[in-house]
Amino acid sequence: MRLLAAGGDAPEGSAILFPAAYDLIWGGLSFVIVLLLFWKFVLPRMKKVMEERSELIEGGIARAETAQAEAEKAREEYRAALTQAREEAAAIRAQAQSDRASIVEEARTEARNAAASVTAQAEAALAAERAAVSTQLTRQVGEVAITLATKIVGQSLSDDARVRATVDDFLETLEAQARDQARDGASDRGANA
Amino acid sequence: MLTASALMAAEGDGFTPPSVGEFFPGELIFVGTPFAMTRINLMGLLMAGVVSLFFVAAFARPKLVPRGVQNLGEMAIDVVQKNVIDEALGEKGRKYAPYLISMFWLLFAFNITGILPTMHLAVSSIIAIPLMFAVIAWFVFNIQGIRANGFLHYLKNNLFPSGIPWPIYFLVTPIEFVSTFILRPLTLTIRLLANMMAGHLLLVLFFSATSALLLADGFLKVFAIPSFLMGFAFTLFEILIAILQAYIFTLLTAVYIESATSEEH
Repeated sequence: MRLLAAGGDAPEGSAILFPAAYDLIWGGLSFVIVLLLFWKFVLPRMKKVMEERSELIEGGIARAETAQAEAEKAREEYRAALTQAREEAAAIRAQAQSDRASIVEEARTEARNAAASVTAQAEAALAAERAAVSTQLTRQVGEVAITLATKIVGQSLSDDARVRATVDDFLETLEAQARDQARDGASDRGANA
Repeated sequence: MLTASALMAAEGDGFTPPSVGEFFPGELIFVGTPFAMTRINLMGLLMAGVVSLFFVAAFARPKLVPRGVQNLGEMAIDVVQKNVIDEALGEKGRKYAPYLISMFWLLFAFNITGILPTMHLAVSSIIAIPLMFAVIAWFVFNIQGIRANGFLHYLKNNLFPSGIPWPIYFLVTPIEFVSTFILRPLTLTIRLLANMMAGHLLLVLFFSATSALLLADGFLKVFAIPSFLMGFAFTLFEILIAILQAYIFTLLTAVYIESATSEEH
């Protein structure tokens, strides 16, 4: 039991209440070392770290709040834009529907007009052609008839009223003959005229 | 008066009960000078070095996100800050933080040597250590009280509490004087000293009894087991006491500072 024997000279019991000078000196030195360490080194560093930490956290919270506000704003803008776009699309669709009706109507009218004018032109052309043919035929037939008559009668009857009447009679006779003969294309045309 | 240990040793008995001789280790270095060092002084300096090294390591490169030993260091400071300083002093505790935190951890280190292998004696179980801390506390709370309230006002606050009829002062004033200026440092000293001494004596008693019983003849050997278990239990208990006494000493110092620096009490 070396621990027990550690006591050197047998001390008085009351001696435990009186500090030895060296105990005070070394104890005091220990305390001064630790106190200075905490005062000048440990606690200032701890304080600095704590301040930086709380600053970081607060900064982070502030940044998060700003970001959230921005996101909220962007979402509002997006929602407004979407609503506007939808309204525009609906308007455009309605416009397109009414436009389609009017365009179809317009096209139909135009087509009808064009068709009518084409028909009219064709009819006019036909009429003009028929008139020209008719006139030409009449003249040629007249000339043939005169030639023939001249040859038959042997005298010029060109500017005499009687002659014209005779020619007309002759022509009517020709026409009647033509009707009687009833030939295919020529008879039809002769009948219509 | 001879100690029991000396007597028993002289008789050559196997069992040596513990005595106050425990607390008077021989001088090892600078023998005979005021700077003599005993085993206890070496232990004290060693523990001061351990505490210093721990906190230097913790805060050598402090990081925003603490890792490892820095976590422990911050917890070690926080536990005193929250449970002692904030509790007793509140806002005005800030300037006492270096004093109170260093005192708490040094006291704890001095107390815990009571159960550390190869040391087995609390540095604070010699009167110099508790007395020194108590005297420092006495100066701190008195000086801070005088600085906060002025000398006369401070004395009046402590010795002539307001709100009682003047004849009662004949009774109250001496009591207040003794309790505030004499008993406070004494109770601080004796509470810590007695706890550490008693703890040490108990441990020595149980373990030396274990040893003696093991060496004894016959069935007595059996009683070494309960003796050892008791010693083991008290070792665990001493850990609690080491923390508790450091806490009480620091908390009372903080409370004394608070009552001294407040305007009325």
